[in-house]
Amino acid sequence: MISTVVLTAGLTLILIGLWGILRHRNILRIIIAFSLIGTGTHIVIVAIGYVENGTAAIIDRGLSAAEAPMRAVDPIPSALTVTAIVIGLAVTAIMLAFAIRLYEAKRTLSINAFTESKG
Amino acid sequence: MIRRTGMVLAIALFGFMFAGLVIHHVERQSLPPLGKRYVELVAHELGAANIVTGILLTYRGFDTLGEVAVLFMVAAGVGLVLNKRGRRNQGKRGVTCSPPRQASEIVRTGAQILVPLLGIFATYIILHGHLSAGGGFQGGAVLASSLVLMLFADPQQRLDQQFLSRTEAAAGVLFVLVGVAGLIFAGGFLDSRVLPLGQFGAFFSAGTIPLLSLLLGIKVGCELSVIIDRFRS
Repeated sequence: MISTVVLTAGLTLILIGLWGILRHRNILRIIIAFSLIGTGTHIVIVAIGYVENGTAAIIDRGLSAAEAPMRAVDPIPSALTVTAIVIGLAVTAIMLAFAIRLYEAKRTLSINAFTESKG
Repeated sequence: MIRRTGMVLAIALFGFMFAGLVIHHVERQSLPPLGKRYVELVAHELGAANIVTGILLTYRGFDTLGEVAVLFMVAAGVGLVLNKRGRRNQGKRGVTCSPPRQASEIVRTGAQILVPLLGIFATYIILHGHLSAGGGFQGGAVLASSLVLMLFADPQQRLDQQFLSRTEAAAGVLFVLVGVAGLIFAGGFLDSRVLPLGQFGAFFSAGTIPLLSLLLGIKVGCELSVIIDRFRS
C-alpha cells in the first residue's frame, strides 16, 4: 500500500517534469523540469525497494541483526538512489553551465532564439 | 496546434504506461535474494550497522569510486564551459556588472552562527556513516551547503581553489590506496576488512569503512565547493 502511494507520487513527478520540458521555452525552467524527472525517478526506485512493514536497513536497537533479513527494506535501491542523486546533481550543474553560455551568446534564455540546429 | 497535440499525446501515452505500472505493482512481502544476502553479509562480514553504507563503500565501492570520478569530471567540465578566456566578447555587449550588494544583517549573523554548526553536523554525518543514516556523500553535501551560506553572507570572499583541488586530490589518492590495501591484505579491491572489525556498533568498527567514508566526504565536499565557486565567477 505505502509503496504504491510513493510509486504513484514518483511517476506523477516524472509526468510533471515531462510536461515542463515540452511546455516551457525558458531554458532554466526546462532544467528545473529535468530535475523533477530525476527526483521522480529516485522516488520510484526507493518505492520499488520497499518491503511490506519494512524499516530502514540500519541495524540498531530497533532492528537486531538476526531479524534484519526479515524486516529491513531492500538496501540495493537505496544505495543506487544515493548514486543517482549525485549524478543528478552533476547533470544539473553541467546543464546550468551551458545555460549560462547560451545566455551569453544570445542574451536570452528562450530556446526559440536558438534555431541553428533546427531542421 | 500540432505541437500542442503532440505534447498532450506524448504525456498521455506516458501516463498510460505509468498507470499500468502502478496498477500491476505488488508490494514485496520479503527481500529479494540479493538484497537479503547483502543484509546478512554486511552485518556479519563487515560489521557495519548501516547496510547501505556497507554496500556503497565495499561491495559497490568501485562504483562509488567511479562516481566520484564523474563528480571530478563535472567540476572540470563546468570550469571548461565557464572559463574566462573563452568569454572575451562579454564586455563588448555593454554589460556592466554592478558591484555585488552587501548581504543583509540577518544573513551575515545567521551565517556566523550556522556555518560552524553545519561543519560539526557534516563531520558527524560523515563519521557515523557506518552506524546510522549518513555517509560520505551526504556529509559532503552538507559541507558544501555550509559553504554556499558562507558565500551568500560574504559574496566578495575568495576561495582558495588550489587548496580545495589539492585536498580533493589527496583524498582521492588515499581512497584508492585504501582500496589497494584491501587488494593486498584482504579479499579484494576496497575490501574493508584490512583493519580489525571491532565491536559491532562501536565508533571504531567496521574496518576501513569509516576511513573511506571520511575520505569520500572530504572529496565530495571539495568537489561540490569547486563546482559552486566556478558558477560564481
